[in-house]
Amino acid sequence: MALSEPTMPGASRVMGEPDPTGRFGRFGGRFVPETLVPACAELERAFRTAWADPGFRGELDHLGRTYAGRPSLLYEASRLSEELGLRLLLKREDLNHTGSHKINNVLGQALLAKRMGKSHVIAETGAGQHGVASATAAALLGLECTVYMGEVDMARQALNVFRMRLLGARVVPALSGSRTLKDAVNEAMRAWVADVERSHYLLGSVMGPHPYPWMVREFHRVIGDEAREQCREMTGGDPDVVVACVGGGSNAAGIFAGFAELPDVRLIGVEPAGGAAASRGIPGVVHGSVSFLLQDEFGQVQEAHSVSAGLDYPGVGPEHSHLADTGRAEYHPVTDAQVLDAFGLLARTEGIIPALECAHALSWIVQERESLRGQTVIMNLSGRGDKDVAQVQEILEAGGIGGVS
Amino acid sequence: MIDLEAHLRAARSAGRKLLVPYVSGGLDDEWVDLVRAFADAGADAIEVGIPFSDPVMDGPTIQEASVVALGRGTTPTSVLHDLRGVADETGVPIVVMTYYNLAYRAGDVRFAQQLAEAGVSGAILPDLPLEEVGPWAEAADRAGVASVLLAAPTAPDERLPCICARSRGFVYAVSLLGVTGERTELAATATVMAERLKAVTDLPVLVGVGISNAAQAVEACAVADGVIMASVLMRMRLEGTSVTDLGAYVASVRRALDEG
Ligand SMILES: Cc1ncc(COP(=O)(O)O)c(C=O)c1O
Repeated sequence: MALSEPTMPGASRVMGEPDPTGRFGRFGGRFVPETLVPACAELERAFRTAWADPGFRGELDHLGRTYAGRPSLLYEASRLSEELGLRLLLKREDLNHTGSHKINNVLGQALLAKRMGKSHVIAETGAGQHGVASATAAALLGLECTVYMGEVDMARQALNVFRMRLLGARVVPALSGSRTLKDAVNEAMRAWVADVERSHYLLGSVMGPHPYPWMVREFHRVIGDEAREQCREMTGGDPDVVVACVGGGSNAAGIFAGFAELPDVRLIGVEPAGGAAASRGIPGVVHGSVSFLLQDEFGQVQEAHSVSAGLDYPGVGPEHSHLADTGRAEYHPVTDAQVLDAFGLLARTEGIIPALECAHALSWIVQERESLRGQTVIMNLSGRGDKDVAQVQEILEAGGIGGVS
Repeated sequence: MIDLEAHLRAARSAGRKLLVPYVSGGLDDEWVDLVRAFADAGADAIEVGIPFSDPVMDGPTIQEASVVALGRGTTPTSVLHDLRGVADETGVPIVVMTYYNLAYRAGDVRFAQQLAEAGVSGAILPDLPLEEVGPWAEAADRAGVASVLLAAPTAPDERLPCICARSRGFVYAVSLLGVTGERTELAATATVMAERLKAVTDLPVLVGVGISNAAQAVEACAVADGVIMASVLMRMRLEGTSVTDLGAYVASVRRALDEG
């Protein structure tokens, strides 16, 4: 693979390729119905070949620059930095086309789907961000697109459902279980089992069976690679800390990948307290891999609860479990009330309304500001908050969460 | 515990087509009676589902049955507790069907032992493909529980002998591209799969997923050694069909298979 990052001699790469079974340490693997095994193997071969092919890399890079708006800015948040007593740099993935980091992955996978001769992509979505991004990439590249979305989420995010339909996608409600993101993933996997020959499953995070956790991280690696170079240019050195929110973990994996082999850079993943798989989960197997998972004593998967639909997931990508296991990254939970405070703080001090997801990352920085005093902190601002404004208004007008307003 | 493979081979040698009906464990107060009724109706083995929160190989009917069972507080422990002694009493082996996380959470060795202690003869874990089955299959072998593997239409020819070599009890031929649920017709891939498997193994080959009535069962058994029937039975049960009537329905499938 043509990668430009420094490699630590002798050591196996941190955030390099998983082992041949798709494992990062004891996490990962390919736990799928037998029907899907050949499709996963085919996808792995296709990705490996494409990722080593300068033609494919060039095409993806071109789309990134001419369509998605890459490179995204690294912005020095001076007023907020002053207030917090540290140097805060925001990686502005919110300025990408479709308003979040998700576009990096969907462009990569949609190009790959075309290369594999697939005519149809299947996607799952929670809040609708990955669904909208998938529908966008499908429209751009002339692919058919079906998005599975929990019935509860379809009601909560009606506008995104309409957006996906405007973009030409079919949106199908997931009617089982909690009727949220985890059930949308189940439905998408079932649909893939039934239509595997024509369809590519365009999974939205660094989860699922091998090669998804690896492939999706590689498609997001551009976030970290850009941020590292931008930071060196801006500050003359590397940051002390890199912080990102973690749902499945794709935006975090993307930015961590640019810094994982710089041992002095702390990597921090921030999870919702009601869905803190990496900080509080127990190893389990669901949706294709072994990873930390919220589950009961018998192995039944529990439902996550978060103010942010994009983080409302009981699992986490297997590589994050490994990074947590080895101590290379730390994972911390924050509460909904703390997140709402951070959401308002960024809006007031910098004129940026963040997605509720990345307001989690900021919330941790705010709480840790004493220990971070004087340090350079890069935060992945993974998406813009337009989608969340109505929900936040509703919460604040109802008196906030736990008395916070 | 009844030896699943020996039991099925003996029935096949006697010229019988194998019938394996399914019951969702913990579905209602009478679910064990349903297992007994299916045994009386001429089942060669009975598949018992242990409900899981995220059943990705299952369509709407089994999903609903799982939700109902979980809602009643059903756990792996309660299903296995209820099953204790049932296979010995009926003489018909029981094969559980569930998802791997329940075994992973308990620990492969402990879960296999729990099945053995309940008198369960085999287990089907549809999210555990050949490449990942090793630790579980070894634990199951050691506990004397048959680890049944699935073979799907997407498998290239060279994969099938590997699946059959690692499968115990029988090999489960997935009839079509899709998840469990009733279909109006038997998929063309059903007999193709059975043929492809019969060409590479002497294990009993049972076709499952989508077998929806006696006619389809007979059609599949033109090539296969037997069939697994699930969604049709659970749909009827969820609609309120009594244990007696559902037993009679399975007996009618039995007769159809016997008459060919
Ligand atoms: C803006 C934004 N950030 C983060 C996430 C969480 O996903 P991940 O953890 O894969 O980055 C989402 C998911 O919808 C999102 O929309």
